[in-house]
Amino acid sequence: MTQPGHPAAFRTDEPIVSLFEVTKRFPGVVANDSVSLDLWPGEVHVLLGENGAGKSTLIGMLSGIQTPDSGAILVDGREQVIDTPARALELGIGTVFQHAMLVPSLTVVENIALGGPAWSRPDKRGIAARMAEVCAGIGVRVDPHAPVGSLSLGEQQQVEIVRALMRGSRVLVLDEATAMLTPKGSEELGALMRRLVARGLAVVFITHKLNEALAFGHRISVLRLGRKVGEITPDRLTALTPQVVTAEVVRLMFGSDAASAGTASGPERQPFAGGAPVLEISGLAVDDEAVPLADVDLTVAAGEIVGIAGIDGNGQKQFAEAVAGQRPLRQGRIDLDGRPIAALAIGERHRRGLRYVTDDRLGEGTVAAFPVSLNLLLKRVGDDLFWAGGLERSGPIADHARRLVAEYDVRTPGVETPIGKLSGGNIQKALLARELSGEARAVIFAKPTYGLDVQNIRASRRRIREAADRGLAVILISTDLEEVLELSDRIAVMSQGRIVGMVANDRSARLRVGELMSGVAT
Amino acid sequence: MTLETADSPPISPTALRPALRRHLHLIATTVVPLVAALALSGLILALLGVDPLAYYGWVVQRGLLSPSGLEATATRMAPLLLIAASLIVAFRAGIWNLGGDGQFLLAAVIVAAAAPALSGHLPNWAVLSCCLILGAAVGAAWSVVPALLKAWQNVNEIITTLMMTFLGVSLANVLVKLAFLDPRTTVPQTRTLAVADRLPRLFETTVSSGLLIGLVAIVLVHLIMTRTAFGLKLRIVGANPRAALHAGLPVPRLTVAVFAISAALAGLAGAVEIVGVQGNVRADWNPAYGLTVVPLVFLARFNGFASIAFVFLFSVLSIGGESAARRLGVPNHFTLVVVAILLIMLGITEHLDQRRRAAGR
Repeated sequence: MTQPGHPAAFRTDEPIVSLFEVTKRFPGVVANDSVSLDLWPGEVHVLLGENGAGKSTLIGMLSGIQTPDSGAILVDGREQVIDTPARALELGIGTVFQHAMLVPSLTVVENIALGGPAWSRPDKRGIAARMAEVCAGIGVRVDPHAPVGSLSLGEQQQVEIVRALMRGSRVLVLDEATAMLTPKGSEELGALMRRLVARGLAVVFITHKLNEALAFGHRISVLRLGRKVGEITPDRLTALTPQVVTAEVVRLMFGSDAASAGTASGPERQPFAGGAPVLEISGLAVDDEAVPLADVDLTVAAGEIVGIAGIDGNGQKQFAEAVAGQRPLRQGRIDLDGRPIAALAIGERHRRGLRYVTDDRLGEGTVAAFPVSLNLLLKRVGDDLFWAGGLERSGPIADHARRLVAEYDVRTPGVETPIGKLSGGNIQKALLARELSGEARAVIFAKPTYGLDVQNIRASRRRIREAADRGLAVILISTDLEEVLELSDRIAVMSQGRIVGMVANDRSARLRVGELMSGVAT
Repeated sequence: MTLETADSPPISPTALRPALRRHLHLIATTVVPLVAALALSGLILALLGVDPLAYYGWVVQRGLLSPSGLEATATRMAPLLLIAASLIVAFRAGIWNLGGDGQFLLAAVIVAAAAPALSGHLPNWAVLSCCLILGAAVGAAWSVVPALLKAWQNVNEIITTLMMTFLGVSLANVLVKLAFLDPRTTVPQTRTLAVADRLPRLFETTVSSGLLIGLVAIVLVHLIMTRTAFGLKLRIVGANPRAALHAGLPVPRLTVAVFAISAALAGLAGAVEIVGVQGNVRADWNPAYGLTVVPLVFLARFNGFASIAFVFLFSVLSIGGESAARRLGVPNHFTLVVVAILLIMLGITEHLDQRRRAAGR
């Protein structure tokens, strides 16, 4: 890991852009809570944080997609209202979003010409010339007449950066810019960022990869649950060794603090006494364009909760879907109660007692327009208890729904109400009712409290504990480390489609899991 | 577009007032656009120099009030009902089978060829049953390619079924001219099934018993879709295919089943039209019922009973319109203009209603 020297040549006395105690609320969530941030010329300012830490909202406010509820944004020391993306560009703040915002069928020049006045004919030659100038200045090479669709993702990103510079950006925001890049592409982007700041720009680089933050950044700010929990200034960053910085950032990112208090669902779990293995997964491999899985081994005993921690998008979803039967396996065995189930269809696995509580509650967990009662039976359509010879028996269906609604405290006007009209928390309760009732043997919970309020988080976590106490084998996939630490007996850490470590949930678990998650420890 | 129509919940005595309000609301959202559509169509007629009242008078007189007109209307309903049933199965399952015309016409031609050929060798009831089954089978066969492509390759079925329709219509034409040509006529057409050998007429009228087949089919389809586990599975696939996969439903197999049922019903419509009404197929005959019925089932929100009402209304308009066209010089297809305006009016009503609801009343 290299420590870039800090260029002092452009250092002026004031930052280009300052965020002063900005707060942004969404219904039920405080996305940013009094965040203050200074963007200095000549600096790569890294914003680190897990998913849901508030990074995207912060960028949204910088780029004019959202406006703060309170607080101020100062540009060159003067307070400005950035209420549209056009205004942000006018003020010199350019943003390159995670997903390329270019038209793939148009050439690079045509893409750059977009956004000009509708009545004028774009001066393509002029644009190409100016583009060549900017490219030469920052040391990138892009064919101006190549169709964007034929460029690699890294090249597309360079086009977006060039476009932002051509529009006069002094502050460049790169949102999760390396998420889609190859390691080599990331290296190149890092070098490019250094060249950009050498020209006096301020770069904001958002990432959740710790090693990149250290390699590319001059200043690191850490966000956690909407708050800025720490900042490492350039002088400290150069003074400290990478190991010390890493330890500090890990502590800031994953450390325990008051932010997540109040969600605990009960006393600490009793240490797991041991039991017969129920779900045994070995050598699991799954093909996937984004994150293929390889060599995943996991055994869960009756009554045990195995947490799967990891930064979102590291193969957790692929893993859950493969085990549930929604994805074909390339390799591997899945045994439930000692019998192989890898060749069975989804419905048959469900009947054998394998349950999957999906995190995509409206997308795949439920049919929004259907009544609660039918959604509670979605995985049992045709079951003899509720369909006599294929004909619907509305009495038993309604009774079943009323029983589960009462038992799982689903707040709904009636069992005939379309489930899409309920709140997220109540939809989750209905899903839990559906998956945990009946002859369950093993349950996979995918982000079971994602997007819920404190009360529903607590209720969901209690259900997970109860499931394990009933003797079910539980896999808990979560990006919320607190949740994993609170509930699990053992914690597996998933990174880039592999399980990179298994940690017993003891006092040192937090730090070790944090290190495994950020790719520091191997 | 939501495919799921809210089936009215049971009415309890205490909920009578809201129930009343709901009925008034339903009337307001159905009758008002209907009246508006008739008024607008009348305006267009007036612009064409035709007295709208005279036109509507003729339509009602010839399509509804005169006994022969009513019988013609009822007979016309038979293939339309079967096609409506075909579309309801597909649309409720989220599959846009727009290949009804090809499935219909190809089945019609093959049935038209088979019926006279069989009629000497089998008793009449057997000939007719064979023809109906044959028509359904031909229709289903013509959907195999789109079905397989949709089920396993997820190829857009709107495009494939429409393409298969072009092929089907052309093939039907070729079959009439080359294979099944009746040598005794100068017009290219198939041999004619004797009137006595066609589907029996109902009671003492000229109404073909095809109407009964159509009514039974559409009611059956409605009940299957709303009351059975199979229908529910299809509706889950239609409303949220990802949920269907998540719930472990065999989505590809269900998709193929939907195509088969839908296309078989369209083929059955062709068979019923031939052995019930036409008796033969002329090479240039293509009533294009398939696409005509699409807006009707949308107006009915894929509800079988409402579809019967709309098919009836359309048949009145179309039979009455044919005779009004002859009398008043209005183009025959003016009926389609009325239906199109009605569709737009209902769309506007729905939009306004949703805005009102969004505004919180």
